[in-house]
Amino acid sequence: MLFKPVVRRALGWAALIALIALALFGLWGAPPDGYQGDAQRLMYLHVPAAWIAYFAFAITAIASALWLWPRTRATVWDRVAGSSAELGVMFTALTLILGSLWGRPIWGAWWAWDARLVTTAVLFFLYLGYLALRRVPASPDARAKRSAIAALIAFADVPIVHFSVEWWRTLHQQASVFDPAHKTNITGVMAFTLWLGVLAFTLLYIYLLDRRYLLAALEDNFDARQLDQAIKERQAGAGTPGPAPVGQSESEIGR
Amino acid sequence: MTNVGYVLTGWLLTAVVLAGYWLRLTIRIRRAERLDDQS
Repeated sequence: MLFKPVVRRALGWAALIALIALALFGLWGAPPDGYQGDAQRLMYLHVPAAWIAYFAFAITAIASALWLWPRTRATVWDRVAGSSAELGVMFTALTLILGSLWGRPIWGAWWAWDARLVTTAVLFFLYLGYLALRRVPASPDARAKRSAIAALIAFADVPIVHFSVEWWRTLHQQASVFDPAHKTNITGVMAFTLWLGVLAFTLLYIYLLDRRYLLAALEDNFDARQLDQAIKERQAGAGTPGPAPVGQSESEIGR
Repeated sequence: MTNVGYVLTGWLLTAVVLAGYWLRLTIRIRRAERLDDQS
Protein backbone atom coordinates (compact mmCIF):
# COMPACT_ATOMS: atom_id res chain seq x y z
CA MET A 1 0.00 0.00 0.00
CA LEU A 2 1.07 3.58 -0.57
CA PHE A 3 -0.13 5.03 2.75
CA LYS A 4 -0.13 3.99 6.38
CA PRO A 5 -3.40 2.30 7.49
CA VAL A 6 -4.45 5.31 9.58
CA VAL A 7 -3.99 7.69 6.63
CA ARG A 8 -5.84 5.30 4.30
CA ARG A 9 -8.77 5.02 6.73
CA ALA A 10 -8.90 8.81 7.14
CA LEU A 11 -8.87 9.23 3.35
CA GLY A 12 -11.71 6.73 2.94
CA TRP A 13 -13.90 8.47 5.52
CA ALA A 14 -13.08 11.93 4.15
CA ALA A 15 -14.01 10.77 0.63
CA LEU A 16 -17.29 9.28 1.87
CA ILE A 17 -18.25 12.44 3.80
CA ALA A 18 -17.34 14.64 0.81
CA LEU A 19 -19.42 12.43 -1.52
CA ILE A 20 -22.46 12.63 0.80
CA ALA A 21 -22.06 16.43 1.00
CA LEU A 22 -21.77 16.53 -2.80
CA ALA A 23 -25.03 14.59 -3.16
CA LEU A 24 -26.80 16.99 -0.77
CA PHE A 25 -25.55 20.11 -2.54
CA GLY A 26 -25.75 18.66 -6.04
CA LEU A 27 -29.33 17.44 -5.74
CA TRP A 28 -30.82 20.00 -3.32
CA GLY A 29 -28.44 22.79 -2.21
CA ALA A 30 -27.50 24.20 -5.61
CA PRO A 31 -30.21 26.03 -7.57
CA PRO A 32 -31.36 24.77 -10.98
CA ASP A 33 -29.67 26.38 -13.97
CA GLY A 34 -31.51 29.25 -15.64
CA TYR A 35 -31.27 27.68 -19.12
CA GLN A 36 -30.87 23.97 -18.56
CA GLY A 37 -33.01 23.54 -15.45
CA ASP A 38 -32.27 20.52 -13.24
CA ALA A 39 -30.48 18.55 -15.98
CA GLN A 40 -27.47 20.74 -15.22
CA ARG A 41 -27.17 18.90 -11.85
CA LEU A 42 -25.34 16.18 -13.79
CA MET A 43 -22.49 18.67 -14.25
CA TYR A 44 -21.48 18.19 -10.58
CA LEU A 45 -20.54 14.59 -11.44
CA HIS A 46 -19.65 14.83 -15.14
CA VAL A 47 -17.02 17.59 -14.84
CA PRO A 48 -15.20 16.21 -11.74
CA ALA A 49 -15.19 12.71 -13.31
CA ALA A 50 -13.57 14.13 -16.46
CA TRP A 51 -10.97 16.10 -14.50
CA ILE A 52 -10.07 13.10 -12.34
CA ALA A 53 -9.77 10.94 -15.46
CA TYR A 54 -7.24 13.47 -16.85
CA PHE A 55 -5.46 13.50 -13.49
CA ALA A 56 -5.35 9.69 -13.30
CA PHE A 57 -3.88 9.45 -16.80
CA ALA A 58 -1.34 12.18 -15.95
CA ILE A 59 -0.25 10.15 -12.91
CA THR A 60 0.02 7.07 -15.17
CA ALA A 61 2.20 9.02 -17.60
CA ILE A 62 4.45 10.44 -14.84
CA ALA A 63 4.83 7.04 -13.15
CA SER A 64 5.58 5.45 -16.55
CA ALA A 65 8.26 8.07 -17.28
CA LEU A 66 9.76 7.46 -13.82
CA TRP A 67 9.88 3.73 -14.58
CA LEU A 68 11.53 4.29 -17.96
CA TRP A 69 14.15 6.66 -16.50
CA PRO A 70 16.95 4.33 -15.33
CA ARG A 71 17.79 6.38 -12.22
CA THR A 72 14.25 6.24 -10.84
CA ARG A 73 13.26 2.80 -12.13
CA ALA A 74 11.35 0.87 -9.46
CA THR A 75 8.44 -1.58 -9.39
CA VAL A 76 6.40 0.94 -7.43
CA TRP A 77 6.07 3.17 -10.52
CA ASP A 78 4.81 0.35 -12.71
CA ARG A 79 2.17 -0.56 -10.12
CA VAL A 80 1.13 3.09 -9.67
CA ALA A 81 0.85 3.49 -13.47
CA GLY A 82 -1.35 0.40 -13.87
CA SER A 83 -3.51 1.18 -10.85
CA SER A 84 -4.05 4.80 -11.88
CA ALA A 85 -4.89 3.82 -15.48
CA GLU A 86 -7.62 1.45 -14.27
CA LEU A 87 -9.16 4.25 -12.20
CA GLY A 88 -8.82 6.63 -15.15
CA VAL A 89 -10.73 4.21 -17.37
CA MET A 90 -13.51 3.96 -14.79
CA PHE A 91 -13.80 7.75 -14.48
CA THR A 92 -13.69 8.17 -18.28
CA ALA A 93 -16.52 5.63 -18.64
CA LEU A 94 -18.50 7.62 -16.03
CA THR A 95 -17.76 10.85 -17.92
CA LEU A 96 -19.09 9.38 -21.17
CA ILE A 97 -22.23 7.88 -19.59
CA LEU A 98 -23.03 11.02 -17.58
CA GLY A 99 -22.40 13.19 -20.64
CA SER A 100 -24.79 11.05 -22.63
CA LEU A 101 -27.46 11.33 -19.92
CA TRP A 102 -26.96 15.10 -19.82
CA GLY A 103 -26.88 15.45 -23.61
CA ARG A 104 -30.20 13.68 -24.20
CA PRO A 105 -32.45 16.34 -22.56
CA ILE A 106 -30.26 19.32 -23.60
CA TRP A 107 -29.10 18.41 -27.13
CA GLY A 108 -31.88 15.95 -27.89
CA ALA A 109 -29.33 13.20 -28.61
CA TRP A 110 -27.54 10.51 -26.58
CA TRP A 111 -24.46 10.81 -28.76
CA ALA A 112 -23.07 13.16 -31.40
CA TRP A 113 -20.00 12.79 -33.62
CA ASP A 114 -18.54 15.82 -31.91
CA ALA A 115 -14.79 16.44 -31.44
CA ARG A 116 -14.94 16.39 -27.62
CA LEU A 117 -17.08 13.26 -27.47
CA VAL A 118 -15.09 11.35 -30.07
CA THR A 119 -11.67 12.22 -28.59
CA THR A 120 -12.95 11.20 -25.14
CA ALA A 121 -14.19 7.87 -26.52
CA VAL A 122 -10.79 7.39 -28.20
CA LEU A 123 -9.12 8.11 -24.83
CA PHE A 124 -11.30 5.45 -23.19
CA PHE A 125 -10.40 2.81 -25.77
CA LEU A 126 -6.69 3.76 -25.75
CA TYR A 127 -6.43 3.10 -22.02
CA LEU A 128 -8.63 0.02 -22.28
CA GLY A 129 -5.99 -1.22 -24.74
CA TYR A 130 -3.27 -0.24 -22.26
CA LEU A 131 -4.96 -2.35 -19.55
CA ALA A 132 -5.26 -5.26 -21.99
CA LEU A 133 -1.55 -4.90 -22.83
CA ARG A 134 -0.68 -5.17 -19.15
CA ARG A 135 -2.43 -8.55 -19.02
CA VAL A 136 -0.37 -10.05 -21.85
CA PRO A 137 2.00 -12.57 -20.21
CA ALA A 138 5.63 -11.44 -20.01
CA SER A 139 8.42 -10.97 -17.49
CA PRO A 140 7.73 -8.09 -15.05
CA ASP A 141 10.37 -5.89 -16.69
CA ALA A 142 9.16 -6.51 -20.24
CA ARG A 143 5.57 -5.87 -19.20
CA ALA A 144 6.51 -2.67 -17.37
CA LYS A 145 8.57 -1.39 -20.31
CA ARG A 146 5.98 -1.88 -23.02
CA SER A 147 3.20 -0.61 -20.72
CA ALA A 148 5.18 2.53 -19.90
CA ILE A 149 5.77 3.30 -23.58
CA ALA A 150 2.09 2.68 -24.39
CA ALA A 151 1.00 4.94 -21.49
CA LEU A 152 3.14 7.83 -22.74
CA ILE A 153 1.77 7.46 -26.28
CA ALA A 154 -1.84 7.25 -25.02
CA PHE A 155 -1.39 10.38 -22.90
CA ALA A 156 -0.98 12.46 -26.07
CA ASP A 157 -4.77 12.27 -26.44
CA VAL A 158 -5.43 14.06 -23.12
CA PRO A 159 -4.51 17.61 -24.32
CA ILE A 160 -6.38 16.89 -27.58
CA VAL A 161 -9.52 16.07 -25.55
CA HIS A 162 -9.10 19.16 -23.38
CA PHE A 163 -8.50 21.63 -26.21
CA SER A 164 -10.89 20.00 -28.70
CA VAL A 165 -13.60 22.53 -27.77
CA GLU A 166 -11.22 25.38 -28.63
CA TRP A 167 -9.65 23.88 -31.77
CA TRP A 168 -12.88 22.76 -33.45
CA ARG A 169 -16.46 23.98 -33.58
CA THR A 170 -18.23 21.56 -31.32
CA LEU A 171 -21.68 20.86 -29.95
CA HIS A 172 -20.07 20.40 -26.55
CA GLN A 173 -19.89 23.64 -24.59
CA GLN A 174 -16.58 25.42 -24.09
CA ALA A 175 -14.73 25.62 -20.76
CA SER A 176 -16.81 27.13 -17.95
CA VAL A 177 -14.12 27.29 -15.27
CA PHE A 178 -10.74 27.36 -17.02
CA ASP A 179 -11.96 29.68 -19.76
CA PRO A 180 -9.05 30.93 -21.95
CA ALA A 181 -10.75 34.38 -21.94
CA HIS A 182 -10.42 34.37 -18.11
CA LYS A 183 -14.16 34.80 -17.77
CA THR A 184 -15.71 32.86 -14.89
CA ASN A 185 -19.03 31.47 -16.05
CA ILE A 186 -19.97 29.74 -12.81
CA THR A 187 -20.24 31.38 -9.38
CA GLY A 188 -21.87 31.10 -5.92
CA VAL A 189 -23.36 27.81 -4.68
CA MET A 190 -23.00 26.25 -8.13
CA ALA A 191 -19.24 26.92 -8.16
CA PHE A 192 -18.94 25.67 -4.56
CA THR A 193 -20.76 22.44 -5.44
CA LEU A 194 -18.58 21.90 -8.49
CA TRP A 195 -15.38 22.31 -6.43
CA LEU A 196 -16.85 20.05 -3.75
CA GLY A 197 -17.28 17.44 -6.48
CA VAL A 198 -13.66 17.85 -7.53
CA LEU A 199 -12.53 17.48 -3.90
CA ALA A 200 -14.73 14.41 -3.29
CA PHE A 201 -13.57 12.66 -6.47
CA THR A 202 -9.92 13.53 -5.76
CA LEU A 203 -10.10 12.05 -2.26
CA LEU A 204 -11.86 8.98 -3.63
CA TYR A 205 -9.25 8.61 -6.39
CA ILE A 206 -6.34 8.75 -3.88
CA TYR A 207 -8.07 6.24 -1.58
CA LEU A 208 -8.88 3.82 -4.43
CA LEU A 209 -5.36 4.20 -5.89
CA ASP A 210 -3.92 3.05 -2.57
CA ARG A 211 -6.27 0.02 -2.50
CA ARG A 212 -5.58 -0.88 -6.14
CA TYR A 213 -1.85 -0.57 -5.51
CA LEU A 214 -2.11 -2.96 -2.57
CA LEU A 215 -3.94 -5.49 -4.75
CA ALA A 216 -1.31 -5.17 -7.49
CA ALA A 217 1.49 -5.75 -4.95
CA LEU A 218 -0.26 -8.82 -3.49
CA GLU A 219 -0.86 -10.26 -6.99
CA ASP A 220 2.77 -9.63 -8.02
CA ASN A 221 4.07 -11.36 -4.88
CA PHE A 222 1.74 -14.30 -5.44
CA ASP A 223 2.82 -14.64 -9.10
CA ALA A 224 6.50 -14.46 -8.11
CA ARG A 225 6.05 -17.20 -5.50
CA GLN A 226 4.12 -19.39 -7.93
CA LEU A 227 6.92 -18.99 -10.47
CA ASP A 228 9.59 -19.84 -7.87
CA GLN A 229 7.65 -22.92 -6.85
CA ALA A 230 7.20 -24.04 -10.47
CA ILE A 231 10.94 -23.61 -11.16
CA LYS A 232 11.85 -25.61 -8.03
CA GLU A 233 9.44 -28.41 -8.98
CA ARG A 234 10.84 -28.44 -12.50
CA GLN A 235 14.43 -28.56 -11.26
CA ALA A 236 13.60 -31.36 -8.80
CA GLY A 237 11.83 -33.30 -11.56
CA ALA A 238 14.65 -32.83 -14.06
CA GLY A 239 17.29 -33.95 -11.57
CA THR A 240 15.91 -37.44 -10.80
CA PRO A 241 15.27 -39.37 -14.05
CA GLY A 242 17.84 -40.36 -16.65
CA PRO A 243 17.68 -39.41 -20.33
CA ALA A 244 14.18 -39.21 -21.72
CA PRO A 245 13.08 -41.91 -24.15
CA VAL A 246 12.73 -40.82 -27.76
CA GLY A 247 9.33 -39.22 -28.39
CA GLN A 248 8.74 -38.11 -24.78
CA SER A 249 8.02 -34.41 -24.62
CA GLU A 250 9.75 -31.98 -22.25
CA SER A 251 6.52 -31.24 -20.42
CA GLU A 252 5.99 -34.92 -19.74
CA ILE A 253 9.45 -35.16 -18.19
CA GLY A 254 8.65 -32.38 -15.76
CA ARG A 255 5.51 -34.09 -14.47
CA MET B 1 -37.59 18.92 -10.64
CA THR B 2 -37.36 18.82 -14.44
CA ASN B 3 -35.69 15.95 -16.30
CA VAL B 4 -35.75 14.03 -13.03
CA GLY B 5 -35.29 10.67 -14.78
CA TYR B 6 -31.97 11.68 -16.36
CA VAL B 7 -30.67 13.38 -13.21
CA LEU B 8 -31.50 10.53 -10.83
CA THR B 9 -30.28 7.87 -13.27
CA GLY B 10 -26.95 9.69 -13.53
CA TRP B 11 -26.49 10.07 -9.79
CA LEU B 12 -27.64 6.51 -9.00
CA LEU B 13 -25.48 5.03 -11.74
CA THR B 14 -22.44 6.91 -10.42
CA ALA B 15 -23.12 5.64 -6.90
CA VAL B 16 -23.51 2.05 -8.14
CA VAL B 17 -20.35 2.18 -10.29
CA LEU B 18 -18.18 3.68 -7.53
CA ALA B 19 -19.57 1.45 -4.77
CA GLY B 20 -19.34 -1.60 -7.04
CA TYR B 21 -15.71 -0.89 -7.90
CA TRP B 22 -14.82 -0.38 -4.23
CA LEU B 23 -16.60 -3.59 -3.23
CA ARG B 24 -14.95 -5.64 -5.99
CA LEU B 25 -11.56 -4.23 -5.01
CA THR B 26 -12.15 -5.09 -1.33
CA ILE B 27 -13.18 -8.67 -2.18
CA ARG B 28 -10.14 -9.15 -4.44
CA ILE B 29 -7.79 -7.74 -1.78
CA ARG B 30 -9.21 -10.09 0.89
CA ARG B 31 -8.88 -13.07 -1.45
CA ALA B 32 -5.29 -12.10 -2.34
CA GLU B 33 -4.42 -11.64 1.36
CA ARG B 34 -5.88 -15.08 2.13
CA LEU B 35 -3.76 -16.65 -0.62
CA ASP B 36 -0.75 -14.73 0.67
CA ASP B 37 -1.27 -16.14 4.18
CA GLN B 38 -1.75 -19.71 2.89
CA SER B 39 1.46 -19.80 0.87
